[in-house]
Amino acid sequence: MVTLALDQIGAGYGRQMILRGVTTPPIEGGALTALVGANAAGKSTLFRRIAGQLKGPGTVHFGGIDRTELRYMPQDTAMSAALTVFETIILALKQGGGWRLSAAELAQVEGVLARFDLSHLADRQLPELSGGQRQAVSIAQTLVTRPRIVLMDEPTSALDLYRQVEVLNALATYAEETGAVMLLALHDINQVMRSCRSVIALAGGQVLATGPTLDVLGPEMIRSLYGISCRVERCSRGCPMMIVDGVAQPT
Amino acid sequence: MTLSPTALPPTNARAYRALIARRLAILAGFAALLLLSVAVDISLGPARYPVADVVRTILSPGAADMQMRVVVWDIRMPMALLAVTVGASLSMAGAQMQTILANPLASPFTLGLSAAASFGAALAMVLGVALFPGALTLMVPINAFAMAMAAALLIFGLSTLRGVTVETIVLLGIALVFTFNAALALLQYFASEQALSAVVFWTMGSLTKATWGKVAVTAAILVVTLPLFARRAWALTAIRLGEVRAAAMGVPVRRLRLEALVLVSVLAAVPVSFVGTIGFIGIVGPHVARLLLGEDQRFFLPGALLAGALILSATSVLSKALLPGAVLPIGIITALVGVPFFMALILTKGRKAW
Ligand SMILES: Nc1ncnc2c1ncn2[C@@H]1O[C@H](COP(=O)(O)OP(=O)(O)OP(=O)(O)O)[C@@H](O)[C@H]1O
Ligand SMILES: [Mg+2]
Repeated sequence: MVTLALDQIGAGYGRQMILRGVTTPPIEGGALTALVGANAAGKSTLFRRIAGQLKGPGTVHFGGIDRTELRYMPQDTAMSAALTVFETIILALKQGGGWRLSAAELAQVEGVLARFDLSHLADRQLPELSGGQRQAVSIAQTLVTRPRIVLMDEPTSALDLYRQVEVLNALATYAEETGAVMLLALHDINQVMRSCRSVIALAGGQVLATGPTLDVLGPEMIRSLYGISCRVERCSRGCPMMIVDGVAQPT
Repeated sequence: MTLSPTALPPTNARAYRALIARRLAILAGFAALLLLSVAVDISLGPARYPVADVVRTILSPGAADMQMRVVVWDIRMPMALLAVTVGASLSMAGAQMQTILANPLASPFTLGLSAAASFGAALAMVLGVALFPGALTLMVPINAFAMAMAAALLIFGLSTLRGVTVETIVLLGIALVFTFNAALALLQYFASEQALSAVVFWTMGSLTKATWGKVAVTAAILVVTLPLFARRAWALTAIRLGEVRAAAMGVPVRRLRLEALVLVSVLAAVPVSFVGTIGFIGIVGPHVARLLLGEDQRFFLPGALLAGALILSATSVLSKALLPGAVLPIGIITALVGVPFFMALILTKGRKAW
């Protein structure tokens, strides 16, 4: 079983510390884990810290896996090089490798494009893609090496409703197939409830709660995370969903 | 998702193979044109030779007549080959500056290396100041090289500081251009008539001082730097997707950028110190390569190299063909021909967003 655990993680920019004492129990692979929190809560900062792009106190424990298998998808999806979609995926696959591409590698690229419904865009140039298409390319690029620790910073923020559902399903399938730890920063609480097994709630650079999705995301927690008053109810088919009542009045 | 991956025929992989084949054909075309251009370049001059005779003299010098052998081998070949190595070096330097600084306008000129070299050369020609003691005949190129490297090292030193972005580096380059141009103007203001014309001629850029030695030095630098860049092809391509994304793919962005900056400095400073200011190759060469071959460094790098070599070699041909008898300074022709060509290129094919 692949796991990822954070122990007293801190990180910041210059002198300014953003994260303090971020600790989680081992996050288990095989399903999606959501990282939720308001804007500027420190989600992207936490990802950069785990990915090793920021230094800071604390330890990241990789269970049953080497840290080189970690892949991180940044929040910013701007990509404007003179490369085709196919080449962009190859690029992620071949880092550190030689110049030649084997048939197996080409099949791997082909496979990840198909998985994220991008086959028809393979020979398009990056600057000619729509924002959502670019985000899908970014996701495919992250997963082409079949990593088993995956950090994705808002992977669905530019996707239409259909693709949000499609992509989250595909990511959940990927997690099941590979047993990968998949930590996704997400803002849509209903999508989180639909697709994620567990949740890490972050506020002001600290962990407010971690655990199974429905245990964490109750009305109280959502209120303290976002300042929104809401209900979490079962729909007519028994699925949990969040209904927003409005901006929470300060108590 | 809806379709299972295995159910699809590997059409995209096949299309990609076709794309690769097309790119190899373009590179081969560039190489063939370059050979032709060099042969024509050698055939032109005060005395014009048929290209076939030139090729024969090159392939079997022993069989050719004495006078033609001397003209071809000792006079015109160094010039023609220096055009190739200088064009290749400047274009490759421009290509990698654009890559690591994420700016399509970066080149040895926009970063102030040429202006610094001009100033260094002028120091020798106007004031007779040698920055390094040595043979007097080499005073001008050594001064030019020293100033160009000093400018490069300044940029290099700055970029090692924390928190310095690529925008800062590009802006510093522009500041260097203005500083050195002002210093050069000051020197020119106080220069004697004779020194002034030497400086002006030097800054125009010219291949007429070509020697086999200069060809060998510039070729050696190409031979050393090319494999160092080639080894980093995937990482350099990844940098074009942005620093954060490249780092996420495991590319050591800072280190790679510094390494590349060192290589690029040498690659640009040496040719500039030999031939003076030759504009536009460092911008146009990479642009041509980018438009025709894309930015996968496995093709972009050799493409930029060949495009730069071809442009300067063809310009050398033009500069002889335009005014038979007189050899116009090649720097003037590159600008005159380069600018309209460049405009046509970006206006016809350049509606893309990179
Ligand atoms: N490069 C940076 N330099 C300085 N401060 C930064 C930098 N990046 C982020 N910050 C600060 O760190 C804090 C956390 O930012 P972070 O990007 O981690 O938030 P986030 O949770 O990802 O927010 P969002 O939901 O908007 O993406 C913010 O206060 C932000 O201003
Ligand atoms: Mg963020």
